Amino acid sequence: MNVIEKMSSTEKLVSEFQRVKSSLKGFLSLREKAISEFERVGIPNRKNEEWKYSDASALFKSEFNVEGLKLKVGKHDIDKFLVPNLNASVVVLVNGIYSEELSSLENIPKGVVISSFAQALAEKPEIVATHFSKYADTTNDAFVALNTAFASDGVFISVPDNTIVKNPIHIINIISVGLPLVKGDKEGFLIQPRFLFIIGNNSELKIVESFDASSSQAKNVCNSVAEISIGEKSKVQYYKLQNDCTGVHLISSVNAHQQKESHFDTNTITLNGDWVRNNLNIVPDAEHCETHLNGLFITCGNQHVDNHTLLDHRKPNCESNQLYKGILDEKSIGIFNGKIFVRRDAQKTNAYQSSKNILLSDDATINTKPQLEIYADDVKCSHGSTTGQLNEDAMFYLRSRGLSENSARNLLLFAFAGDVIEEIQIEPLKIYLAELVNQRLKK
Amino acid sequence: MLSIKNLHAGIEGKEILNGINLQIKAGEVHAIMGPNGSGKSTLSSVLAGRKEYNVTEGEVRFNGKDLLEMSPEDRAREGLFLAFQYPVEIPGVSTINFLKTAINELRAYKKLPPMEAKYFLKLMKEKQALVELTTSLANRSVNEGFSGGEKKRNEVFQMAMLEPTLAILDETDSGLDIDALKIVANGVNKLRSKDRSFIVITHYQRLLEYIVPDFVHVLFNGKIVKSGGKELALELEAKGYDWVKKEIAAA
Ligand SMILES: Nc1ncnc2c1ncn2[C@@H]1O[C@H](COP(=O)(O)OP(=O)(O)OP(=O)(O)O)[C@@H](O)[C@H]1O
Ligand SMILES: [Mg+2]
Repeated sequence: MNVIEKMSSTEKLVSEFQRVKSSLKGFLSLREKAISEFERVGIPNRKNEEWKYSDASALFKSEFNVEGLKLKVGKHDIDKFLVPNLNASVVVLVNGIYSEELSSLENIPKGVVISSFAQALAEKPEIVATHFSKYADTTNDAFVALNTAFASDGVFISVPDNTIVKNPIHIINIISVGLPLVKGDKEGFLIQPRFLFIIGNNSELKIVESFDASSSQAKNVCNSVAEISIGEKSKVQYYKLQNDCTGVHLISSVNAHQQKESHFDTNTITLNGDWVRNNLNIVPDAEHCETHLNGLFITCGNQHVDNHTLLDHRKPNCESNQLYKGILDEKSIGIFNGKIFVRRDAQKTNAYQSSKNILLSDDATINTKPQLEIYADDVKCSHGSTTGQLNEDAMFYLRSRGLSENSARNLLLFAFAGDVIEEIQIEPLKIYLAELVNQRLKK
Repeated sequence: MLSIKNLHAGIEGKEILNGINLQIKAGEVHAIMGPNGSGKSTLSSVLAGRKEYNVTEGEVRFNGKDLLEMSPEDRAREGLFLAFQYPVEIPGVSTINFLKTAINELRAYKKLPPMEAKYFLKLMKEKQALVELTTSLANRSVNEGFSGGEKKRNEVFQMAMLEPTLAILDETDSGLDIDALKIVANGVNKLRSKDRSFIVITHYQRLLEYIVPDFVHVLFNGKIVKSGGKELALELEAKGYDWVKKEIAAA
């Protein structure tokens, strides 16, 4: 056994960083700090409280290429990932690399920049420096640290003040190892896109992010980090659709920072996948912010879907709402961990959280853990969590009217999921997702 | 149409129905009365196919077919309908939406093409009018937040939509105000025909003034202990069940 083989996965990634760091564009000291934090924390296993139910170390058993593979994807290959009538600007990442050729921007208002993260690093280092690694904490989250160390491409969006970006931005992540591996000795890819969205004051932005890894193998890991800075009175919607994710393990961290009177609404929908961990860290950092976090996951087989949310209420008069729903079948595992901090200053906070789940099989598992830490005294906070089976009385009622067992089941499950779909504010996306969910339930 | 022979059924080892015998011919209306807990709703549930109840003995034939062998949906497709004593609330599922599915699955069973949307809407309107159910109720989630009376009217509305050949009304009159009672009874009467039969479960003779039965049965301790014509209901109203119980004790 040689030295390399004896190294832990954490050590291997650190040494890989040392090897490639000279080719990374700028921010070297920040990256060095991040990698040392990654090294200190290490790839988490079950001993880490935050990863108790999701053993990330198991994903890193094999070796990874840290540089994404350049893959030939034709423009027509994209068509099947488009949402009908969405009229979106389409931004395509192939294995984490921004593809100029496949992307097409629609009606971009003056002053709005949509580019690759690589380009922003090279051409707008000052703006990037103001926000990069400011909202995504590298000190406690190994994957944020790892992404920050390597971050070289992804998507950069900046919206100036008083600007409404009407057409949604649809970011399509294509993850594929359809071509022979360049480095034959390494088994999979570690893809680490970085997203930086900077929204000025009094502006609006809608983002839809979707994945396709259907032609890939499940040895790849996509560790993405998004940082979103939302200016005063601005409204940002962020929809994450995790469908067709069977060929990749997804680790995602979305970090939003809200200024005065801003709105941030996000909806995370996980339908087909293998192993998914979503972290949402939201800081309404000024008064009168509104935040809505919704999520839906429908799992079967051996799927593993873990949603962690953290809402850090620091200032008074803010409101947050969370609704997460899960439908779990076969041997799948779901996790919902929702943390709400209400700091001493955050009087008059309204924070609600609800997690509802249906288990369709005796072998499916759901772990829900609401954590409310409240240090202010004049607040309204509540959380609730329910887990049950399909309502037998409702099933019988519907069947006694002539519906087959399947139709009755699908109708009830669709109604259950419907609350989350209803929260989608972009009509064509709502229709599209309703249909996807419908199809998914029939599977 | 329906033939129940020596039906024994129970739940979790507890026997609730103790040998029920009942013959119903096409076009007949049978009223079933009986004290609380005597097994009336259990009989309805067993006939509709609720699997929690175990049939331990006996047989039920519906238009010559073995009813107990069928799934609940096939019973409905064969023409059976149960208006529940306690209709369940189903959030997120609209009455219209599920009725459309129900009707089309009933039609598929009979090898008919799906009902045209236009015709479906016309049918909805017509049947809503029959029980004076407002459109907003039909558009809402099934029974969600409905008043007791609205739930019962919604049951009769669905019955009218599905046009069963045998309808079991389990205390459809309870919870109805006087006007609603007339409306519901009137709705049922309009559906009476020589091919359609009814089992009307009730505690009150009043309903039977509007829906006049051909036969009245008394269910007691899971058995039909007395049967008669419509005058039996009047007698029960006047004398109560003690009279029947004494008769049984004497026998
Ligand atoms: N699911 C059940 N589990 C346990 N016992 C049951 C169940 N369903 C019915 N029973 C019992 O069976 C008996 C008959 O109940 P049923 O509901 O059929 O009575 P009923 O004649 O419809 O009464 P009511 O006039 O009050 O509606 C009762 O003693 C009841 O408690
Ligand atoms: Mg009853």
